[in-house]
Amino acid sequence: MPFGINETMGQYSELFMLLAAGTYTVAFIAFAWDLAKSSKALRAVDLKAAQAGTAAKVPVAAGVAAGSAGARLDGPADRAERPSSSAARVGGAGTGGVRTADGDMKYAAERRVPARVAVALTTLAAVIHGAGVVTRALGAGRVPWGNMYEFLTTGAFLVAAVFLLSLIRRDLRFLGTFVVGLVIIMMVAASVAFWTPVGHLVPALQSYWLVIHVSIAVLSSALFTLTFAMSALQLVQSHRQKTVAAGGADKLGFMRLVPSALSLENLSYRINAIAFIGWTFTLMFGAIWAEKAWGRFWGWDTKEVWTFVIWVVYAGYLHARATRGWTGTRAAWLSIVGYLCVIFNFTIVNTLFNGLHSYSGL
Amino acid sequence: MSERVNVKKKQSAPIAEAKAQAALPALGLKGMLRWAWTQLTSMRTALFLLLLLAVAAVPGSLFPQRPANPANVTQYITDHPDYGKLLDNLQLYDVYSSVWFSAIYLLLFISLIGCVVPRAIAHYKAMRSQPPRTPQRLSRLPEYGTLVIPSGAGIPASDAINNAAGILRKRGYRVEVRDADGALPSLGAERGFLKEVGNLVFHTSLIGVLVSVAAGGLFGYSGQRILVEGDTFVNTLVGYDQFSPGTNFQSSQLQPYSLQLDKFNITFDRESKGKFGQPIDFAATVTTKENPDAPPKQELLKVNDPVSLGGTSIYLTGNGYAPVVTIRDGTGNIAMQGPVVAKLQGQNYYSSVVIKVPDAKPDQLGFVGFFLPTAFVNDKNVSFSADPELFNPQLTLNSYYGNLGLDTGAPQNVFELDVKNLTPLNARNLAAGGITLAPGSTYTLPDGKGSISFDGVKRYIGVDIHHNPGQVSALVFALLAVAGLILSLYVNRRRVWVRTGTADDGRTMVEYGLLARGEDHRLAGEAATLRKLFSTEWQLPEDSAAEDSATSQQTPSRTSDNVAGSVDNAAGSLTTPAGPTGPEKDQ
Ligand code: HEM
Repeated sequence: MPFGINETMGQYSELFMLLAAGTYTVAFIAFAWDLAKSSKALRAVDLKAAQAGTAAKVPVAAGVAAGSAGARLDGPADRAERPSSSAARVGGAGTGGVRTADGDMKYAAERRVPARVAVALTTLAAVIHGAGVVTRALGAGRVPWGNMYEFLTTGAFLVAAVFLLSLIRRDLRFLGTFVVGLVIIMMVAASVAFWTPVGHLVPALQSYWLVIHVSIAVLSSALFTLTFAMSALQLVQSHRQKTVAAGGADKLGFMRLVPSALSLENLSYRINAIAFIGWTFTLMFGAIWAEKAWGRFWGWDTKEVWTFVIWVVYAGYLHARATRGWTGTRAAWLSIVGYLCVIFNFTIVNTLFNGLHSYSGL
Repeated sequence: MSERVNVKKKQSAPIAEAKAQAALPALGLKGMLRWAWTQLTSMRTALFLLLLLAVAAVPGSLFPQRPANPANVTQYITDHPDYGKLLDNLQLYDVYSSVWFSAIYLLLFISLIGCVVPRAIAHYKAMRSQPPRTPQRLSRLPEYGTLVIPSGAGIPASDAINNAAGILRKRGYRVEVRDADGALPSLGAERGFLKEVGNLVFHTSLIGVLVSVAAGGLFGYSGQRILVEGDTFVNTLVGYDQFSPGTNFQSSQLQPYSLQLDKFNITFDRESKGKFGQPIDFAATVTTKENPDAPPKQELLKVNDPVSLGGTSIYLTGNGYAPVVTIRDGTGNIAMQGPVVAKLQGQNYYSSVVIKVPDAKPDQLGFVGFFLPTAFVNDKNVSFSADPELFNPQLTLNSYYGNLGLDTGAPQNVFELDVKNLTPLNARNLAAGGITLAPGSTYTLPDGKGSISFDGVKRYIGVDIHHNPGQVSALVFALLAVAGLILSLYVNRRRVWVRTGTADDGRTMVEYGLLARGEDHRLAGEAATLRKLFSTEWQLPEDSAAEDSATSQQTPSRTSDNVAGSVDNAAGSLTTPAGPTGPEKDQ
């Protein structure tokens, strides 16, 4: 039998969520400010370098151009070669004379105050958000992922947490506006469109498989979110690199904060690989649970169909990375398509499609 | 599979050559080209088919599917007269058994077999052959470094190579030392064969999963049964309300176990506001017997918690109320007595009831109406059920007499009564009005046609019974697939070459290079670790050749010879390890 319900806890939870959303919003502004400011600063540096450079006939960003500027012009767009660590490093620097952030995505020496403020605020928001998730769980007396409202709020927390955790090892702050923006959207959607008071689970969901299956699904989705952002940036960056290499004007100055297309591709591949394993488990555990609940492990229920489609698309992505002519831009598109399927599966399929999984709490 | 098709065409000749030789000791150039071509095409085909499969699976979620719910399909075709039929011709209501969907996945699996078999053979050979020959110019490898052992250390080139071999063996490399006593001893080492093994296990297991699923379809069966409290199900063909055998099903497969529903309990949510009155727990107490003579055993059947019996699993999939009625006919005899399964229609167990009384005399009787566990009437005079529990149970019925048409032998839906050929007795719009019964009450039908008593209410459950012999092996293969996938993604396949030599001034020069096969972002880390191990082994200061770190940043495709060359020079007098005399011997 489920534990009792505690409405007061539920109300605390909502308060925390509200506070968290507010703090995220401030963090979002800080991240945006960082992009604008750093981009301006970088441009100023470039201008100076260019002035000095024309005098001394040294190419812009000379340190970077050493020997690799031309060699990488074709860039990741059509690389059949699978980069190893060192390729990534060179890719990061040698992007055809375009300035980008360090390919290693390690923290640079220079301080970016707005970015630091933004990360601090995001951390604060995530802590409050975490409190909101925990109080929700206490209020309902169970894991806080039993309906759309809870998928969204808990999922948004995981997205923020995964992002902050990866910041420990890599400087992914260029993703800040995107990730925090998405978290805000998820929280707003949760409270506006899917708000549900604390309540018990329907019997179909009362299973330890809910804990296992859904947590892995949400975690993998959070990872896919990061790689989606990277793949999208990769497309923009690769376009920018090509334009600049062809002598075009660099209109997307803020992209300097973003590493080269190749570095983005490599890191998102690694994250996608983890997320793909997670999704494989999601699929398997879902099947085991379906067998327990409905007596068949696979029945092509709408939700099952989309979980399968997502799995196949990302399998295609992994294949693409090993297929000549499919790395780079095309693989990035597959990663994006995969993520769109994840979104579709979560929103449209959960709300509009009828199926055995239609207990999203609407 | 061995080397991927990733040798860049523009690569300078010596590297391409080195790579090719490194990868394929057994094949000539022609063989390699043919092999590369096959690999190329099959990989692309696989990718194409995978994406096609993803696209092809989608319509199954857009249109109603026959296996899931045939009634929905019929409804859909009626609702869309313009294109409903056309979609049927395109098999869009049977997507997952359609010709086109099957064609895609069968092609994919043929391609998979065509891919796995040669790769398995190639890998078996690779695992048994020696590490590839030492390339002429190690400095072209993605990771490269040099070390210098002072002449006073007493470590000649041959010792150094053996030390290096020892270190690499300890790290799990397979090592071959070449030309140990020559002027330029070298070694080739390789590790990470499990990566490819994992990949092969993964892909093979996918075939296993498919076969298991197919086996389940061939030898499995499933069925449904509704059980009112007190009812017993016996696992024989007649025991089922609905039965779908697999292609190869034999009725002798059924073990005649029995399952009796003793009691069914529901707990409703009385706590939360939003979901007040929602069921939060279903529990059926059942008594089972493995076979007719076995001792009875009491078990609890719940959602998410099936009962296993006689090789089948029994699932709780539905429930509802069954009002118990007694119907007397015009002659005063009891024509029917017992529970009537009411079909759920709406909120709070608002259910429809159909009673057919073929045994009534002189006229057969039929009843159609509703059962409401907690009956209320709203201001528009429409009855509704205000709660799922039995606070104010009510039966509202219309009655008919005439020939029910059951004698023709044509199967009829028990939940529907065709009133076309029947004469109405009771209905709202008739003088006699409709029938409204509370438990314990009796209503006498007009014209002496008999009476109906509402004796009480029982609960019923719907159970699904499944036997799927492919299930366990599907799970085993799936687990194998995951294990293989993890191996294939996280084991790194690497090659290391080391070459030593003695400089004119007596110092021992060491150079090494690393090459990854496949994605390997930790290759630089491995290079650093090896460097450290070598340095410790030969007691060199950490930064004995710090300037090499610059070299280690270059990729094979980078053709800045001058950079590499300059470091070669900087490293000392082991200037051209790839000189005409040197490594030729290795080859
Ligand atoms: C049932 C369809 C298939 C699925 C779901 C599938 C899935 C996958 C996955 C998830 C990977 C990534 C693991 C890894 O990187 O090692 C992979 C790798 C690979 N697959 Fe498949 N595959 C399928 C069919 C095929 C076929 C038909 C071929 C033959 C052409 C093939 C060849 C490969 C190769 C060569 C790799 C290694 C790529 C690499 O090392 O990254 N696969 N496959």
